[in-house]
Amino acid sequence: MGHISLNQVTKSFGDVNVIPPLDLEINDGEFVVFVGPSGCGKSTLLRLIAGLEDVTSGHIEIDGKDATEVPPAKRGLAMVFQSYALYPHMSVRKNIAFPLRMAKVDQAEQDRKIEAAAKALNLTDYLDRRPGQLSGGQRQRVAIGRAIVREPAAFLFDEPLSNLDAALRVNMRLEISELHQTLDTTMIYVTHDQVEAMTMADKIVVLRAGNIEQVGSPLELYRAPRNKFVAGFIGSPKMNFLTGATAAAHGAHTIGIRPEHIEISREAGAWKGKVGVSEHLGSDTFFHIPVADAEDTLTVRASGELGLERGEEVFLSPIMEHLHMFDAQGLAVR
Amino acid sequence: MARAVTTNRKIINTTAAWAIGLLIFFPILWTILTSFKTEAQAIADPPIFLGFDWTLENYGVVMERSNYMRFLTNSIIIAGGSTILGIIIAVPAAWSMAFVPSKRTKDILLWMLSTKMLPAVGVLYPIYLLFIKMGLLDTRFGLTIVLMLINLPIIVWMLYTYFKEIPGEILEAARMDGASLREEVLYVLTPMAIPGIASTLLLNVILAWNEAFWTLNLTASKAAPLTAFIASYSSPEGLFFAKLSAASTMAIAPILILGWFSQKQLVSGLTFGAVK
Repeated sequence: MGHISLNQVTKSFGDVNVIPPLDLEINDGEFVVFVGPSGCGKSTLLRLIAGLEDVTSGHIEIDGKDATEVPPAKRGLAMVFQSYALYPHMSVRKNIAFPLRMAKVDQAEQDRKIEAAAKALNLTDYLDRRPGQLSGGQRQRVAIGRAIVREPAAFLFDEPLSNLDAALRVNMRLEISELHQTLDTTMIYVTHDQVEAMTMADKIVVLRAGNIEQVGSPLELYRAPRNKFVAGFIGSPKMNFLTGATAAAHGAHTIGIRPEHIEISREAGAWKGKVGVSEHLGSDTFFHIPVADAEDTLTVRASGELGLERGEEVFLSPIMEHLHMFDAQGLAVR
Repeated sequence: MARAVTTNRKIINTTAAWAIGLLIFFPILWTILTSFKTEAQAIADPPIFLGFDWTLENYGVVMERSNYMRFLTNSIIIAGGSTILGIIIAVPAAWSMAFVPSKRTKDILLWMLSTKMLPAVGVLYPIYLLFIKMGLLDTRFGLTIVLMLINLPIIVWMLYTYFKEIPGEILEAARMDGASLREEVLYVLTPMAIPGIASTLLLNVILAWNEAFWTLNLTASKAAPLTAFIASYSSPEGLFFAKLSAASTMAIAPILILGWFSQKQLVSGLTFGAVK
């Protein structure tokens, strides 16, 4: 079980209101990602659920029981920290055993669970080492091992991959997704990386300044962002925005179009511009093209085969069914 | 890339370091040398460095005249007791200031340290009167308490500095793993802070061992530690330098040996963890 429900939860640090009243339902077995720019309150929200911070007002329910006043040790949740937070003076085995020891699980049962976790996480050969003797990825796995032996109601991950290098991050992303499939336990995952959010989540919660901007599946957010902020935050490279006469022509204050939804032509099209910087990824090329009324230079995703010279004049046309329209407040208009 | 250091430069640095080290160590060396001289040679002018008749006579006289073991026992009890008592009080204080700081934490730390700026003699009279009223004069218990209180700000500061270096996330992890506050302090914080606690212990044993103002003023004979033992050889009838030196050497020997064996801890303690 792992149904978590936040009810009008607020958090203030002194006079600073970090989380305005917020409601959120997290269903049993769901993989929920909190995503947003730095300082949006996503980590604070996770810490409120963990019990490491006290809510200023409102209620947190875990599996139907009010957990607002319950200390972190008694909430039945496990957390994986950004810094891994392993106990440096204990071996890997003792690190993983620690929650079991605290729960007074008998030794035979402890050994069985440690062996199982170590096997699942490829740590069997490292059980007698200290955390200081492990690589970043191994440390991360120990932290996950320490979390899974408890069989918690939910796992909380606080930017767990941000200290790893890019290749390892992709691997760990897969491992965590697989872990979620196997364990079928609720996972709440905090990240500022929208790629992690898109690839792992069942449900993404986009936060800005403590407010929930939108909740939905990755594709819902990609296809139908509720406002300009979500539209710009989800998707990589980010959505292009145009204002002024170009937007007015479509009856909107601002229009948005993703780089992959623009057709590029040498002959004719809706907008005209000169090719600026090109980024070649092999399979794709991203062209940055200054265009009238664009908030920034327009980013266009094209096939890697398309060779355009810098300064060459091109025409761009948005694919109309993928055009997003926003009003003056930044809200999506449909 | 490390800065290249030429051989010449290295020689100069090493020589300078040794020269400064010897300069600082010289008074102690001189005391030890003097303790092996006769009284006449001890005050000879010009002073004799090594070419004197080495003798153990002074040690014999000192051992005969006074009960060294009693002073030593008192020193051990007072220095050890005040340090352990101080640590017991300082651990929770430092824990709360390091991990649950309030707006006033910095002020409290500074205020504690400011008590060390007051000249001790300024409070001698009230403390002396208190000791008389409470019957603590010339007791080991009274002295232990006073030395503990004197060194407490330093103990709290040192532990606070060490605790500050322990990442809060590790303690939070322990909390998430189901540890109670007692288990968190016992199984996670204390083992991680052991090097720091050890340096704090050592430094404070040394400070308490060498403390001479309160130990001389608040004791007569029963509770007198080694500082009083040394002082008893600078008598009004005249100084006996060789015997005074023998007594001093005997008084500092235990702490010198302790310091020698725990150099590494001491250095990290004195630099407050700045040097790894």
